[in-house]
Amino acid sequence: MSPLEIVILLPLLAAALIGAGLPAKLVGRVAALANLIVVIGLWLQFPGATADGSLVFKMSRQILDNPSISFAVGADGMSLILALLTTIVTVAAIWQIVDKPAIYYVSSLMISAGALGAFLTTDVFFIYSFHELALIPTLLMIALHGQGDATERRKVAWKTTVYLGVGSLVLLAGLVALVLNFSEGGKLTFDLTALLAVAKNAPLAAGTQAWIFFVLLLGFGTLVSLFPMHSWAAPAYATAPTPVAMLHSGVLKKFGLYGLIRIALPLLPLGAKAEWVQQAMLWMLLGNIIIIGLVTIHQTKLDSMLGNSSVMHMGYIFLGIAAGSELALRGAVLLMFAHGVSIALLFALCGKMRNQLGSLEFSKLGGLAKNAPFMTVIFGFAAFASIGLPGLANFPGELMVFAGAFDSRVAGLTEGLQPIHWATIVALWGVVMSAVYMLRAYRSLFFGAATAGHFIRDPDGEQRLPLLLLTAVLVVVGFRPGLLIDLLDFTLNTAKAAGL
Amino acid sequence: MSSFSIEICLAVIGVLLVAFDAFATSLSRKVVPALAIGAVALLLVLLLGGHGNPPALPEFAKSFYAVDSLAYFYKVFAMVTTLGVLIIAWESDSVVAHYSSSQGIHTRIGEFYALPLIVCAGMMWMASAKDLVSVFVPLELVTVSFYVLVAYTRRSGNALEAGVKYLILGALSTGILVYGIAWVYGVTGSMTFEGIAAAVKNPHINSTALLFGTALLLAGLGFKVGAAPFHIWIPDVYQGAPTPVTAFLSVGSKAAGFVVLTRTVTAFLTEGSVIGPQVRTALLVAAGLTIAIGSLAAITQTNLKRLFAYSSISHAGFLVLALACGSSQRLGISSGGIVALYLATYLPMTLLGFLLLAVLRSQGVGEELKDLTGLSKRSPGLAFALTAAMASLAGLPLTAGFFGKMLVFVAAVDQGYYAAVVVAVIGAAAGFYYYFRPILAVYSTGENDGAKLTWSPVAKGTASLLIACIVILGVYPRLLQFVLNPVPVAVAGK
Repeated sequence: MSPLEIVILLPLLAAALIGAGLPAKLVGRVAALANLIVVIGLWLQFPGATADGSLVFKMSRQILDNPSISFAVGADGMSLILALLTTIVTVAAIWQIVDKPAIYYVSSLMISAGALGAFLTTDVFFIYSFHELALIPTLLMIALHGQGDATERRKVAWKTTVYLGVGSLVLLAGLVALVLNFSEGGKLTFDLTALLAVAKNAPLAAGTQAWIFFVLLLGFGTLVSLFPMHSWAAPAYATAPTPVAMLHSGVLKKFGLYGLIRIALPLLPLGAKAEWVQQAMLWMLLGNIIIIGLVTIHQTKLDSMLGNSSVMHMGYIFLGIAAGSELALRGAVLLMFAHGVSIALLFALCGKMRNQLGSLEFSKLGGLAKNAPFMTVIFGFAAFASIGLPGLANFPGELMVFAGAFDSRVAGLTEGLQPIHWATIVALWGVVMSAVYMLRAYRSLFFGAATAGHFIRDPDGEQRLPLLLLTAVLVVVGFRPGLLIDLLDFTLNTAKAAGL
Repeated sequence: MSSFSIEICLAVIGVLLVAFDAFATSLSRKVVPALAIGAVALLLVLLLGGHGNPPALPEFAKSFYAVDSLAYFYKVFAMVTTLGVLIIAWESDSVVAHYSSSQGIHTRIGEFYALPLIVCAGMMWMASAKDLVSVFVPLELVTVSFYVLVAYTRRSGNALEAGVKYLILGALSTGILVYGIAWVYGVTGSMTFEGIAAAVKNPHINSTALLFGTALLLAGLGFKVGAAPFHIWIPDVYQGAPTPVTAFLSVGSKAAGFVVLTRTVTAFLTEGSVIGPQVRTALLVAAGLTIAIGSLAAITQTNLKRLFAYSSISHAGFLVLALACGSSQRLGISSGGIVALYLATYLPMTLLGFLLLAVLRSQGVGEELKDLTGLSKRSPGLAFALTAAMASLAGLPLTAGFFGKMLVFVAAVDQGYYAAVVVAVIGAAAGFYYYFRPILAVYSTGENDGAKLTWSPVAKGTASLLIACIVILGVYPRLLQFVLNPVPVAVAGK
């Protein structure tokens, strides 16, 4: 049995035990911590980036012969980094559950298991399937335990479910087309390694690659809230209970990006570079950065501002994917990690504030720093990370994405600035917008005159730990991004493999 | 024991049970259900045990009776379904007895357990039918028995309405089917699927007359499986009929219809068939319509049983789509195999849904969605079981229901039927909404936070078994591999 299987199954087992009546808090916390320890152990054992892009901790169990589907697990640097992100955020999210019914624990553990399964399996079938584990828990948690009045949160819950459902079905159609196109003359296989081998020896025609890539972009993009399929995300995060908001925006959403880098780019390198696909992708990601950036600036409540900012920041990661160079992809993965940690930290703080203050409107709050110095400092770290300040994890990621995007060049196009360069120049303004809304929120919430009637206290010792953990991760990775990016090896994914 | 003798046994036991019920009085009500369940279980074991033995067919039967793997699968399917239906009937015994007795008179409902055995024999025979006559006779055996079963709870107005609708439309569809058979025989000169498959390749055949006959034939079968535009009867009949009968219609009758449809369509779509393209187009249009109507109409339903009815229509659409795509030589996957696998996964989830409905009903819980609120507090087990059934019906990955849908997607994309893929995506996405609504209702808290609900050990055991099937088939579908890639469908039997 591979240790990865344990990592995937442990949260599921814990959820089942809680469902069977065991004490939820104890089982949930033990499972989350144990999983974090196992994944850190795997990270320490990881042999380092392997030149041939091969996987470690492999194990495969055939579950269907024709079409060939197997429960295959395996990790490379990218999946390990994302598993690390998942387990870190899961611990923090589980700790946010205080005096809540067991369904909070069950749902959080199921979302966590879904993300881990998606990141650590290497069969397209299971990569797809595990992501869907989160669908029902998300619906129930938002609809039953979300913020706001019942009609409103139900509406948000259904919107989220329908968007995610349609997105995943479009994705399924795209994946089926992919698998069918790579099985010319043979039987169907969903094994990613086998598909990669076929893609290397007998790549598809550029036209076919382009349209399959586009369908996958729509499917994965909906799950990542790529503009214009983004409108579910911000209300969902603002409405969801804190642990679900943390896990969904911090971890689960990264699945779509992971899928594009893991499945779409290496299998369809020419599709990603097709002119019309590139242009569509650039317009969409600029929609995320600029339009949603402006929307974020206009938010008047902390939770909806965070929700929108999370949608906006996906634009940078898409920019890395659109560029597709090794530097840009490494930056994109690092940014996925950093964004996951920082947004989870922000939502955790947001949840704590909501519990105590009852309101999150900027106009009604102020001067919180006086009574809650600890939260003020932590919020500062998270907000600065989110803006992209050097010394915190997001900065190297964003830098690498921008540098990689500016450096990439499509052969045969015009000399001088190409579309992706223009897009990068425009996208850089997003950093300014992030600074505007984050700093404004920071100032109006924590500084200035305190408003009457709103009192807040810092969390006690035990509740500080997960916040400190996330902050420490942001700082450590900010100073030593090599801890993570040295695990990455994208030589196979990038232009070299495509012969470009 | 060969399947042929098992079918005869089932029919004979069914008739004997009816007679027994008529003459034995006070005892019968207790004994008949147990006898019926025991007989089906025993014969199922014999059928499974006899797999692989050379079937000892009487000489006269060989010309119309197929013993291929397709037939074997559907025979097992029919018996398992019948077993499940009898257990559901047992669970809803009090409800059925209440609505079928005259006021104040102690009633026996022995026929309610005996008739399913006769239906089962008919469905098993249909699975082996090699020509149109041996399709028609068992089909009528099944349909006539259902006329009785659907209207069995005669004190309920809904059931009477359902009975009349089913009788009229059933009789009409039978007429259409017979008329179609006559035309097809007139044109091809053959009653057997083998002969028809050979005849449709003849370029000099009168293709207009053949098309007319085929259209009638497909319309008749469309009624039986509930494919649009012949689906109108389904919601009312499903809602009005007693829950076990609805389950039987939804699983058993549909599967029996699909085995016949599989053989028929395979014959008409043989390589070089002169009407192949037209039949394929007709099936594609019907499939798209069925998925769209079933899924979109299900969205607004507030009654769980009616929801199941529309869900059953939508599933029929996916199955017809699989048939329309035909078999892929390249991938070694036959459309008949996809249909069989789809139905094999459809069985546990649908039976589970109806079993839960019966349990709820016998506890006095209504069938409306709003009656379900607070169920998770009243019985966490029931709430979880309903969640499992609904998740699988919605086709969520890692449950059994996903594989059928995914393979239909595979077949449709492989053939390049992108419009059908779009319709299927919309239908499946709508499914996420209407199947999840009961889940949300179950976990909501409302005014119904009443007393705890209990369920019998038999129901609990059956439900656990069905949930186990849903989960195990969802993560280890290899158990159904033999269904998916069987020996090619025996149009040309030995």
